[in-house]
Amino acid sequence: MDGMRKDDFIDGHMHRHQAREGSLHADDHSGSHEEDSTAHAHRLDLGQVRAKLREKSGKQYWRTLEELADDPHFEDLLHREFPRQASEWDETVDRRNFLKLAAASLALAGISGCRQPDELIVPYVKQPDGMTLGKPQFYATAMPFGGDAVGLLVESHEGRPTHITGNPDHPSSLGGTDVITQASVLNLYDPDRSQTVSYLGEIRTWSDFLKAAETPVLKAKTQGGAGFRILTGTVTSPALAAQIGNVLRQIPGAKWHQWEPAGSDGPREGSKLAFGRYVNTVYRPEKADVILSLDSDFLASGPGHIGYMNAFYRRRKLSGPGDTMNRLYVVEPTPSVTGSSADHRLPLRASEIEQFARGLAALVGLGGSGTLSPAAQKWLDAAASDLAKHRGTSLVIAGEFQPAEVHALAHAINAALGNAGATLYYTDPVEANPVNQLESFSELCADMDAGKVDTLLILGSNPVYDAPHNFDFTSKLKKAGMSVLLSSHFDETAEYCQWHIAESHFLETWGDARAFDGTVTVIQPLIAPLYRTRSAFEVLAAFTDKPGQTAYDVARDHLKALAGAADPEKFWRKTLNDGVVANSAFPPISVALKFTPASLPPAKTPPAGQLEFLFRPDSNVHDGRYANNGWLQELARPVTKLTWDNAALVSPRLAERLQLTQHAAARGGEHGQIVTNVIDISISNSKVTAAAWILPGQADDVVVLPLGYGRKRAGFTGSNKGYSAYVVRTSTALWTATASADAIKKTGEEYPLACTQYHFNMEGRKILSTGTLAEYRKNPDFAREGDETPPKEMSLYKEFAYPGYAWGMAIDLNSCNGCNACVIACQSENNIAVVGKDQVMRGREMHWIRIDRYYAKLNTETGDPSATDYDALDNPQTYFQPVPCQQCENAPCEEVCPVGATVHSAEGLNDMVYNRCIGTRYCSNNCPYKVRRFNFLRFQDWETPSLKLLRNPEVTVRSRGVMEKCTYCVQRINNVRIEAEKLNRPIRDGEIVTACESACPAQAIVFGNANDPKSRVAKLKAQTRNYPILGELNTRPRTTYLAAVRNPNPELEKA
Amino acid sequence: MAQIFHRSTNFISRFSLFSAVFLAGLGLVGVLGLARSPYSTNQNVSRAQPVQFSHKHHVGDDGIDCRYCHTSVETSAVAGIPPTKTCMNCHSVLYADSAYLEPIRESYRTNDSIQWVKVHRLPDFVYFNHSIHVNKGVGCSTCHGSINQMPLVFQASPLLMEWCLGCHRNPEQALRPLDQVFNMDWKAPADQAEIGKRFAAERKIRTTEELTNCSTCHR
Repeated sequence: MDGMRKDDFIDGHMHRHQAREGSLHADDHSGSHEEDSTAHAHRLDLGQVRAKLREKSGKQYWRTLEELADDPHFEDLLHREFPRQASEWDETVDRRNFLKLAAASLALAGISGCRQPDELIVPYVKQPDGMTLGKPQFYATAMPFGGDAVGLLVESHEGRPTHITGNPDHPSSLGGTDVITQASVLNLYDPDRSQTVSYLGEIRTWSDFLKAAETPVLKAKTQGGAGFRILTGTVTSPALAAQIGNVLRQIPGAKWHQWEPAGSDGPREGSKLAFGRYVNTVYRPEKADVILSLDSDFLASGPGHIGYMNAFYRRRKLSGPGDTMNRLYVVEPTPSVTGSSADHRLPLRASEIEQFARGLAALVGLGGSGTLSPAAQKWLDAAASDLAKHRGTSLVIAGEFQPAEVHALAHAINAALGNAGATLYYTDPVEANPVNQLESFSELCADMDAGKVDTLLILGSNPVYDAPHNFDFTSKLKKAGMSVLLSSHFDETAEYCQWHIAESHFLETWGDARAFDGTVTVIQPLIAPLYRTRSAFEVLAAFTDKPGQTAYDVARDHLKALAGAADPEKFWRKTLNDGVVANSAFPPISVALKFTPASLPPAKTPPAGQLEFLFRPDSNVHDGRYANNGWLQELARPVTKLTWDNAALVSPRLAERLQLTQHAAARGGEHGQIVTNVIDISISNSKVTAAAWILPGQADDVVVLPLGYGRKRAGFTGSNKGYSAYVVRTSTALWTATASADAIKKTGEEYPLACTQYHFNMEGRKILSTGTLAEYRKNPDFAREGDETPPKEMSLYKEFAYPGYAWGMAIDLNSCNGCNACVIACQSENNIAVVGKDQVMRGREMHWIRIDRYYAKLNTETGDPSATDYDALDNPQTYFQPVPCQQCENAPCEEVCPVGATVHSAEGLNDMVYNRCIGTRYCSNNCPYKVRRFNFLRFQDWETPSLKLLRNPEVTVRSRGVMEKCTYCVQRINNVRIEAEKLNRPIRDGEIVTACESACPAQAIVFGNANDPKSRVAKLKAQTRNYPILGELNTRPRTTYLAAVRNPNPELEKA
Repeated sequence: MAQIFHRSTNFISRFSLFSAVFLAGLGLVGVLGLARSPYSTNQNVSRAQPVQFSHKHHVGDDGIDCRYCHTSVETSAVAGIPPTKTCMNCHSVLYADSAYLEPIRESYRTNDSIQWVKVHRLPDFVYFNHSIHVNKGVGCSTCHGSINQMPLVFQASPLLMEWCLGCHRNPEQALRPLDQVFNMDWKAPADQAEIGKRFAAERKIRTTEELTNCSTCHR
């Protein structure tokens, strides 16, 4: 969206075709027939990869399978400074036309470029109270999301919300954010947003709608309202629920249905199975020494995950070898963010998780039994005894997409381990009206089919796109009488609804929401609606006796009712200021377990030889609702590092059996393009065509189909990207579908995917330093072993003293799980452009901070405890390393700039001066860390008016031909320094917070003055775990890393 | 063989070589001069404004303090262009019927802003902060000239980078007693160099090296 050119965005089908041509093109133009055939011969051979892996001893780290295979073709791609086709002009404009245009623009520039036109100043007529021109303001609000709400502090420049940070006082944030909350500010300015009310596609006024709404209300009053239906996602807003209640009261017989396509009934039904009623579970990972996740990605998705991440990593901070840390076991079918940072990870098929849970229940003395493979059983025995040793300080978390039985088992196990009330507690449901959503939605579909629905009100959902395909929602929707859709875009469902009402963004409207622990937050708008949009409150009000009621009225009235004895006005103002209603979290309740594992019916044995297809929400676009967000589309997924597409993720073994392969191909000289096999997947009486992606660490026979792609009407950015997994998803197999192995057919076609792990490669050097807690205790200096940093004097350049501040950063790899929050925070803070898939395939994405994902083969002496059955390809350890500009003291980039556009500051910053840069790119060629980003084209969108509002006015918007890179948020440094200098005092530690640091829920990034021994960053840098990357180059980077330390169970180690 | 050219042509060839170099030099001086000339910098150019607001009258004659209108000059990067409301504070009573002030009243009535023409323009990649300069004792008139003498404001300084660096290299020359910052008629005393040094030390003005870092102004 930001800075995308139309020709980058051909619709998916075309693109696929074109892309195939693209890959052929790469071969066709390789000069000779010989080279053509070598390209084909160098497809990835997984057998060879395995053999190489076995050969290698000691610690091995790798980022891509090709790297591991020592594929000479891939190495050739990496090593050539100018790979084949690098100099080829593969744009549609030919040389002749280019020269014509260049000449014409030069001539025109000569005419118009003499003097700048006048610029106007447009001051306020009446300046709002409390505003200082030129200074941002921060407002507390919250983003409602599924069964949670994340408390936020939103930065506003003269009334324009530009950047989002977490609210430290809010339990769902504790100061951190995640990618979706960070990127939600871009949704506000999305130029494709729906802007008005429409009826059958024609523009109508709001009053037209109010008039139309009278009919069903009148009809309901005379004939009863059984035909009046409301469909929403999961609602945690007390005020919205109260208003829906109001509608239901006034229209007797009306019904409220809920459907969250990427929200599971598992946790709800699991609590009902265990306790006989719906109960909400709140975890306290900060109190747990041993945590077992049963396919739960609790650090990266689901209610409360940002707060959980904060709590979890508080227990993994090490100040020295004497410190202790928690231990995380993860059993999961596909590598998640949580699983990737586990101390022990066991890949199991999704259907085997229940067997595992039953086995665990048996081991903690609850009876029953589970059938597992011997290797998995051994793993389970060790985990179970570890859990049993930590009664009251252990925690078992069941995954959102696991069935009710697994959740009930987890509740029983936690009770048996004495964890309930210690490392987790139960509360009343946070949801306003917890129901079995699948039943609720099926009922609606059946009623629509039977012609029983005469008015359907859809609030914010998109069921035409995301309903299970066997419901055939589209044809049933046509049978409804009046259909009204409130949605932010004219989406797939809007096409089939009569009335479409443009929905206000959460930054434009009032409301409230409960967080995962029950805490209430008022959602307050930062800006008046940009367009003629409405909120759910106003649409619902149309069907009550107060049709003119505004969202403000509803939210305010509802909140004041909570004030109790307090002065309602003061209470309201305090709540708005704080962003949370004090003490509104639900108190813990005690619930009696009405469930024994033995009483469960025998588990369905996972069919042998069958493939398992898992439907999981995408980590970035979620269920598809963020598909039109360019930031999220371009952000590499944490584990796969894929952008702009979803793929069918297959395990390496399955890929070998199906003879699936992939190869890196150059496009315009870079290697971000991975050509993969296209497969047809025929399951549940339906078929979808997807690109296959081989994912190390995935359980065998498991294929993951991420939801959220294949949108038809998402908008310019999101339409026709990837494939829609909803096409093969049915109500009987919402999360796991089983099918025989012949469900997958290679089509023989190929498809290029854009993956960011193939470029910016710092191969073969000591980039990553990892160890175990035991190793760390034995040898506290392990991180610096092999570090060949030369003595300080050994430099041709004059030693420079930094008498004042010396800005530095320490990144604790022990606290990083690659969640990407920092990447989007940086993009939002620093006006970083989106470049599109084609440019990512050329290695031209602009992110100033990248997160490298490394797979590791464990030391062969100790052996991978969880890999008796698997080798390192099937279950590698995974590490993440965020790499921003290292701000070298002896910066190689500075020495080669012919125009002094990148120079050193007195505080050690490696300043980048855009206005001096002439785009030679020498600096980026000379950067060993590959952190400089060049604007090859004009990636910024300077025309779209709404996107102008998004920009941070504190940072220059870069144009074409300019190099850019991380500045340590120099705008924040300067602003804090100016405030400190005005008071003639030094800058305090922690006063300057970079955007990445502030977003990180795990506090893995710490910025500060390295010259001050009392600063947090200096203390971290003084640790023995601290190491520079590529220290041997004597670049003296100011950004250093603290080695990752895992805490494996010695019992599993011995094996 | 006889010479083709007469000896006197030697002079012509020497002259043309010499003048080519001279002309090239002249051209360079011309281009550099043009870039520094008011034609390019807009220095000393008065701009027509929607209301012919006279700083000479308001500041010079009436003695209104800068900060009455430019409220954020001590706290924020921008000094702030006053909202219409500020004009109306007085002009709802004084000259309330003047045809001259109709655009002000119209703006107040219709809630549409008055669109002033910007006089002091810095490029978008330059981040100047008023508050730090004012707080450290750089007076308004140091950069803006004698505003109290200007019926229509014009840009008194070239606002070129070399001009900025002039002070950033020698901040002492521009430092005043803090109570003189808003005094439009302040003149540097004879011992400014000495006083300036004392002020710089007292106010912990950063070293020249720090003040001339690129990221001080560019980010």
